[in-house]
This record gives sequence, structure tokens and C-alpha cells, in this order.
Amino acid sequence: MALFYGVEVESPLMLGTARYPSPAVLAEAFRASGAGIATVSLRREQGGGQDFWALVQSLGVRILPNTAGCHSLREAVTTAHMARELFDTPWIKLEVIGEADSLQPDVFALVEAARILVEEGFEVFPYCTEDLVVCGRLLDVGCRVLMPWGAPIGSGLGLNNPYGLRSLRAHFPEVPLVVDAGIGLPSHAARAMEMGYDAVLLNSAVALAGDPVGMARAMALAAEAGRAAFRADPMEPRDMASPSTPVLGKAFLS
Amino acid sequence: MKIILNGEALETSAADLAELLRERGFGPKVATARQGEFVPAGLRAATPLAEGDRIEVLAPMQGG
Repeated sequence: MALFYGVEVESPLMLGTARYPSPAVLAEAFRASGAGIATVSLRREQGGGQDFWALVQSLGVRILPNTAGCHSLREAVTTAHMARELFDTPWIKLEVIGEADSLQPDVFALVEAARILVEEGFEVFPYCTEDLVVCGRLLDVGCRVLMPWGAPIGSGLGLNNPYGLRSLRAHFPEVPLVVDAGIGLPSHAARAMEMGYDAVLLNSAVALAGDPVGMARAMALAAEAGRAAFRADPMEPRDMASPSTPVLGKAFLS
Repeated sequence: MKIILNGEALETSAADLAELLRERGFGPKVATARQGEFVPAGLRAATPLAEGDRIEVLAPMQGG
């Protein structure tokens, strides 16, 4: 069970609330996923915000507001302040975007924003790259969870740098780690969990599937399978064959 | 007076931010900012509006 800022969360899935074909499908996908945490955002109120909030509340999950779309330190910090009041939670998924095509985080502004927000009592979930030094700095300023990307947001490319993600797990064995962004298939989710990650955060892979509810179920099964596999201590791979059936006792028949 | 509310210019007679929210019929679940600075709910009534103010009224929305 993952522990995020003292909160135990049973499900290894965190699920986004965007891009579903309808609110009913969103709700059904959440039920099928078993996700314990939902990400949400803040946008200009144009009439849909109050109904959406009622829908999110009906899911019975913990809320993780994001600072999606923020490109500067100031924007991200102000958005976090507004999110804390609106959602009544110290949790913030901190995104500071540095590059428009890849939506790669601006890790310099991210560390500074995290420092400010932690000092103000926020519990920061930083959307970061898998860079060991950046992740170390985020921990230095008080983050107690790290959320490295698997691949660019919405790309569905999976885990672009398995080596980097494995290294991060090995370097910070006690820190809750979540692969956030890039998951496109259940096998990607399973792979992250097999590495010992505590959770995966995904959205488009479910919301944009032909059958979002079916994909939510598939993701839940894969993430659970990956977690169980990690706990079961997988065998070491090897290059040469090694017969699994005993050689001793084989009949002489030629 | 003219202000910019969520990116759109409009004419209002509201004297402060709390009054503006009432005038425009916003629901209870919103967060506000004036000139790019967060205004907590408890300070809206004490936040007077001035000509040309940029006001943001944000609500919960879908997000990843």
C-alpha cells in the first residue's frame, strides 16, 4: 500500500478526470479502475464547474488538484494557492511546463516553486523528469513524493527511459514514486509497478480508449499484477538457456 | 466601470469582488484572483474593484 504524506492509498492507480466522452463514462471508468486518487484542475468558470465538482465528489476518491498549463513559477504558485482554497486540501500536483511541444517540466522553476509551497505548508507532488539530481533537489526542498514522467503527457509512449526510472527507484528506496504521464497501455503500467513504483498516474490512456471503462479495468489489473510481481521478487534474466525440466533421470532412448 | 472578467471586458456596478460574484451569478465553488494575485474568499468583500481590473474566477475542472 502506498503512503502519500501519511495517507495510505490502496489502489496503485491515480486517474485523471479529463477528456472522457461524457460525465457518466468518467464515473463508470473510475469505478472500474478502483483508483483512490483523482486529479483535477482549475479553469475559468464558464458554467460547468459546479456540476463537475458534484460529479467528482460523488466518486468518493481523494482529490489531487494540479497546476497544469502553468509556464512560470508565479503562475504555478498562485494556482496552487487557489487550488488549496477551492479543494480544501494541502495536496498539489505541481506542474511547471518548460517546453510547449513535449510539455517537459521546467525543473529549475519546479524546484523553486516546490520550495516556496512546502514552506507554506503544501504537500507537493512534483511532476518532474527522471533526472536523479533534480529529484534529489526536490527532496531537499521538502517534497515527500516524486512523480517522474514516463513519456510526454498524452503521448501514450510508455516508459521512455526505463534505466532512468530504475535508477531513481534504486536511489530513493524510501520515497513514494509515481510514474506520471506517458502511460498508454496496461503493459506500461505493469512495467512501472514491476520496477517497484508505488503508483501510476494516467488519464488519456483510459479517457481516449474506444471503451474507457474496459481500459480502466485493464489498467487496474495490470497495475495490480505489476505490484504483485515486484513483491514476489522476480528472477534475474540471463542470456543463455537454462533447462527448467530436470536433466537428471532423462531416459536414454536414442 | 469597465473591468476584465475571465478575459472578457464588461461593465459592472459592483463595488467589490464579493458583489461582482453575486452580480454575475457565480456558484459557491470558485476561487478568485485580482490583477494576477489570489484573493481568498474571506477577503473578497474587502477587495474593492477599480477601473480596468483583471479578475479571474476559477472553478473545479477536468484535469490530468
